[in-house]
Amino acid sequence: MTITEEKLKTSYSDKIVEMFTFRGDLNVVIQPQDMPEICRFLKTEPELKYNFLSCITAADYLGQREKRFEVVYVLFSIPNNYRVILKTRVNENEEIPTLTSLWGTANWQEREIFDMFGLKFSGHPNLKRILMDDDWVGYPQRKDFPLTYEVPNFSFNKDEQDYRREAPWRGDEWPTEKP
Amino acid sequence: MADRETMTLNMGPQHPATHGVLRIELDLEGETVIEARPIVGYLHTGIEKNMEAKTYTQALTMTDRMDYLAPLSNNLVYVQAIEKLMEVEVPIRAEYIRIIMTELTRLNSHLVWLGTHALDIGAMSMLLYCFREREKITQMYEFVSGVRMMASYFRVGGLTNDVPEGFEARVKDILDTFPARIDEYEGLLTENKIWRNRTIGVGVISAEDAIDAGFSGPNLRGSGVAWDLRKSKPYSIYDKFDFIIAAGKNGDCYDRYLVRLEEMRQSLRIIRQALDGLPEGPTKSSDRKISPPTKYEVLTGMEQLIHHFKLVVHGFLPPVGDVYHSIESPKGEIGCYLVSDGSKKPYRVHFRPPSFVNISAFNKLVAGRMLADVIACIGSIDIVLGEIDR
Repeated sequence: MTITEEKLKTSYSDKIVEMFTFRGDLNVVIQPQDMPEICRFLKTEPELKYNFLSCITAADYLGQREKRFEVVYVLFSIPNNYRVILKTRVNENEEIPTLTSLWGTANWQEREIFDMFGLKFSGHPNLKRILMDDDWVGYPQRKDFPLTYEVPNFSFNKDEQDYRREAPWRGDEWPTEKP
Repeated sequence: MADRETMTLNMGPQHPATHGVLRIELDLEGETVIEARPIVGYLHTGIEKNMEAKTYTQALTMTDRMDYLAPLSNNLVYVQAIEKLMEVEVPIRAEYIRIIMTELTRLNSHLVWLGTHALDIGAMSMLLYCFREREKITQMYEFVSGVRMMASYFRVGGLTNDVPEGFEARVKDILDTFPARIDEYEGLLTENKIWRNRTIGVGVISAEDAIDAGFSGPNLRGSGVAWDLRKSKPYSIYDKFDFIIAAGKNGDCYDRYLVRLEEMRQSLRIIRQALDGLPEGPTKSSDRKISPPTKYEVLTGMEQLIHHFKLVVHGFLPPVGDVYHSIESPKGEIGCYLVSDGSKKPYRVHFRPPSFVNISAFNKLVAGRMLADVIACIGSIDIVLGEIDR
């Protein structure tokens, strides 16, 4: 058992939903509301010092899990060379507390998740789209967002215009005009 | 603020010094920057989404297109993530060639960085010198893989094919000429008064701020944090090589410049050691469920023909699970988060793009400095927009 596992078990045994090691990396599943507290603990605990937030990402398990999304945080300890993967599971309408007060890098990475998955981070200072257009409709990385024809904003091509007029997605979900 | 006048200036997305389609909104007071807000997304092509619709091997070609100056680093993190998930053993010769090629990639990326960074702040001839050397490296890519830039040379379980004859001689040629060339760059810039004035004390970021902002790679090391994934979490066979981590002290543009130059020298050291120790042997995994047999075997054996057919039309099936793997790319820590649902296509792929994270703290570098320093700072943190927007 690694020291991280031990520390987490002694301090937060009631808050850990699941803990397992997969391919050499410790994975810890926790509730979204416990995220800032456990991250602060991991960051400040003198024997752990997870001071570097490598990566925040998410995955959509549509129709496979009770909680649709899994948000993944990869923490790294530069002094000790430890790595831990924190996971939290949420549904569309649930909010996750932001980590921007702990790591500045969380700002843009959380924005990307909001942009791609539509997950909201409560307390985030500037939660708006980052890679997609501000007026984009839908969240591209969700599994129910089709990977098909992209509706262009305008077209000079006659065939293209006719095609768009007939297109089946012309309706609520795929607006051809900007709101 | 009543008696002060601030102006908002839009820089980019079409600007020669933004290294691509980066747009920066600058709040200026006279020539002093109050706040800089980088705005990204102009090059978003949905690489991560597209990869979900391709088999693992097909999706490999898309990783080259992210950081197009370091295509083989992106290949490496992606194939190693799959190898970590599938627990594939890679032949030792393949590992050595991977090291040689990724270190050449580091040289490639740093050369383009040095040339464009110097061009941005006035040292125009640097670009020509740097591209002269870079040409040799792109020729190496072409030599081993047939493609000058988007090599896609690595495969799960090894390489696409062994290196052609004459590989060692070509690498030796680079090793022989390169150290003198680096001295040449240093001669042009390190003690150059204009260069020093433009970079020393510009874009300073402290070690704590850099860690907080998620800086990695040469940007973090420029601030004095000697953290390199090649040493701290040795992947591939980096633990076999003797090299040092270059680290700066002040965290300004000049230190980041010195760190990258030293890194180029260390890369050459690694390549030399790898070339000396380059063993003979296969360059592909012998597991035929992952790696296709040779052409001769396909043409002569029935079972090998079936393996080849299955791999080409169907691909391999990793076990269900998700892994995170990261390596030291020329820009910093590039990570790959991979989710497999047991099918032939990745369920979800996410890349932790070092450039994206590095540019997010841009305001910290330039706030309170002059407008001209913005140019120096963009060049200094070494971004590639293809990777930021993916």
